[in-house]
Amino acid sequence: MELSGAEIVVQALKDEGVEYVWGYPGGAVLHIYDALFQQNEVRHILVRHEQAAAHAADGYARATGKPGVVLVTSGPGATNAVTGIATAFMDSIPLVVLTGQVPTPVIGSDAFQEVDTVGITRPCVKHNFLVKRVDDLAETIRKAFYIAASGRPGPVVVDIPKDVTDPNIRISYEYPQEIGMRSYNPVERGHPGQIRKAVDLMMSAKRPVIYTGGGVVLADASEELCQLVKKTGFPITQTLMGLGAFPATDPQFLGMLGMHGTYEANMAMHETDVLIAIGARFDDRVTGKVAHFCPHAKIIHIDVDPASISKTVRVDVPIVGQVRSVLADMLHLIDELECEPGRDALAQWWERIEAWRAVECLSYDASDKVIKPQFAVEALYKVTRDDEFYLTSDVGQHQMFAAQFYPFDQPRRWINSGGLGTMGFGLPAAMGVKQACPEAEVACITGEASIQMCIQELATCKQYDLPIKILLLNNGYMGMVRQWQEFFYDGRYSHSYVDALPDFCKLAESYDHVGMRIDDPADLEAAYREAFGMKDRLVFMDIVIDPEENVYPMIEAGKGHHEMHMSPHLSSERELA
Amino acid sequence: MQHIISILIENEAGALSRVSGLFSARGYNIESLTVAPTEDTTLSRMTLVTRGDENVIEQITKQLNKLIDVVKLVDLSEGPHIERELMMIKVRAEGTMREELKRLADIFRGNIIDATGNSYTIEMTGDGAKLDAFIQVVDDELIIETVRSGPLGIARGGKRLTLHV
Ligand SMILES: Cc1cc2nc3c(=O)[nH]c(=O)nc-3n(C[C@H](O)[C@H](O)[C@H](O)COP(=O)(O)OP(=O)(O)OC[C@H]3O[C@@H](n4cnc5c(N)ncnc54)[C@H](O)[C@@H]3O)c2cc1C
Ligand SMILES: Cc1ncc(C[n+]2csc(CCOP(=O)(O)OP(=O)(O)O)c2C)c(N)n1
Ligand SMILES: [Mg+2]
Repeated sequence: MELSGAEIVVQALKDEGVEYVWGYPGGAVLHIYDALFQQNEVRHILVRHEQAAAHAADGYARATGKPGVVLVTSGPGATNAVTGIATAFMDSIPLVVLTGQVPTPVIGSDAFQEVDTVGITRPCVKHNFLVKRVDDLAETIRKAFYIAASGRPGPVVVDIPKDVTDPNIRISYEYPQEIGMRSYNPVERGHPGQIRKAVDLMMSAKRPVIYTGGGVVLADASEELCQLVKKTGFPITQTLMGLGAFPATDPQFLGMLGMHGTYEANMAMHETDVLIAIGARFDDRVTGKVAHFCPHAKIIHIDVDPASISKTVRVDVPIVGQVRSVLADMLHLIDELECEPGRDALAQWWERIEAWRAVECLSYDASDKVIKPQFAVEALYKVTRDDEFYLTSDVGQHQMFAAQFYPFDQPRRWINSGGLGTMGFGLPAAMGVKQACPEAEVACITGEASIQMCIQELATCKQYDLPIKILLLNNGYMGMVRQWQEFFYDGRYSHSYVDALPDFCKLAESYDHVGMRIDDPADLEAAYREAFGMKDRLVFMDIVIDPEENVYPMIEAGKGHHEMHMSPHLSSERELA
Repeated sequence: MQHIISILIENEAGALSRVSGLFSARGYNIESLTVAPTEDTTLSRMTLVTRGDENVIEQITKQLNKLIDVVKLVDLSEGPHIERELMMIKVRAEGTMREELKRLADIFRGNIIDATGNSYTIEMTGDGAKLDAFIQVVDDELIIETVRSGPLGIARGGKRLTLHV
């Protein structure tokens, strides 16, 4: 088959089984756009800002596990995509980002719309390539998909100068089947000796905790994880990125841990003697002050990336490997050895945990006058719990309330930017999820500040008929910022009031969507049912909530797990265990 | 402690910036870095001198290994090894100092590789400490210019850093 560079790009995407590309055209990628135009297999979704292209592809990747694909032009197209690339990078999400570049002969001459894309993106990609010859194009794209999706996943940028896609230069095309890279060999199986050590340690534990993260979701290892939790009877807590990998409604789940984690999860971390960390990276929002982190514990850590192990917290039993195969080997070994953890100690440990749980750290001042954000999420759960339901989020208090109050029972259903914390992520991510799962209900929970960072995508939703539901928890503040200012800056609310808000209903309606404004708690559930009943419409719900609600519990930066701020709502006589 | 890390890396445009970018982005200290192609032209070999406690060095080697272009690396400081650095030093050499400097260079096994009526350029190899010592003994006033390559390192004995184990 003889193809031009532009056709090779499109054919390679087909050979990778790519369904969707999110992108935005411009001079340097016009040849590629022309090749896209002449086929129907790969569907191109025209976003309204390149940041949204990356977030949408990212949402698709998080929902499906397959790499999301982005196509943008050189210069401003590439720089606009950088926030989305960095967002994917921090959460280890596989993306392949094709960026146009100025023609090879003028690279380095400050040509029109030239930026050093490889240089700019280097620190926020798993890898990147500049393709200088059309002969290298197919193999480079093959490598990009392989690198993005294998090992610890991540975004890969392929920068393609315009002359490399010249429609007049045709070469014979063959898509490489196998790709071998001598410099890149991600580990699959864990070391048997280490797995044995881990099992021995687990069986000797008196106060064990399983702490899991996004790695379990990325590895599609929920089943193995559930088996391990059931077999051992150990309590489990999950990071913001791990939610759903183990069902939140199961009594062995202690809730999320970390800065806004539950009392029981954080106290259990503080007192545990054996911590089993699985696909989690000991982020500072999780550990708090490292010197106070799990002071009594021996730590087992399963991670595919050796650099994640002992990065911030030294571990005792490192296991490098894919979560899924390591857990499978572990389960197998436990069966083989017919070993059991000490049941008496475990029963005592659970008693202690139940006492912490009895504090009900997430309880809040219910109100029938004003909508509490917690109530808004609880009502959402009530309405959607029986559906195939995906929730994407923006960044702020609403994100934390969703994480705390929506019990996710399945992996890949909770889709949010944890590592970079990118406001503007929620709406475009929901578009990608909806495209990936057209039959599912997809909602985006957001704040009035976050939504305005990518609100232009309402147009994309209109163009492609994406009937997602937007739940705007409107507190009139950058709530998360205001909360910190209340706590740590004596209530000086410097520039955290979101003034001059548009009428969101009218705004939605101007794009032919449905707008709803809800301010009475009594109306909320019915409003949700009405909104979710409109299967083929995007409904934008502007939900007016209590402006000054705070997220509790909270661990201040630099404090230990046992030093949580609890909600003032918790009456003082309810003694903390 | 000072560590000397040898890296085999794909000989591709931008490979060097991946390594140097990693060090600046993560705040690791880089004392010197030398790169050149190897007998296998698809590979470059880097010698990198850095400093840090055990945890930092462990992260540095893990992060370097994580770079897709890095094929193999070894922390030479973990075993017996040899370090050599090349220095060229240009000194004022006039009158009685001409003989004196020549003698000094001989003691340090340096060679005079360029000379004018009032200057010498001396070439010298050795470990960093030896080169430092030479600079120490030459009067500051006499030094016109020095240029040093940064150390190269190789393991002692039959061990080697190659693609094949
Ligand atoms: C406003 C705000 C508040 C936040 N508050 C909290 C909080 O209270 N609690 C909290 O937990 N987080 C919180 N976060 C999120 C936090 O910043 C981090 O993003 C999160 O804690 C990291 O989750 P993780 O450890 O699961 O790591 P991830 O970023 O999900 O990393 C996954 C890990 O798994 C490994 N991995 C990937 N794939 C595999 C595989 N196949 N096999 C084995 N290993 C694999 C990776 O190498 C990596 O080490 C907050 C974020 C924001 C924006
Ligand atoms: C792009 C970006 N800029 C700034 C921030 C810092 N930040 C974190 S939360 C937040 C406020 C979010 O406000 P809103 O969307 O209204 O959500 P709320 O906290 O009120 O629920 C800000 C500004 C960020 N995370 N991302
Ligand atoms: Mg707000």
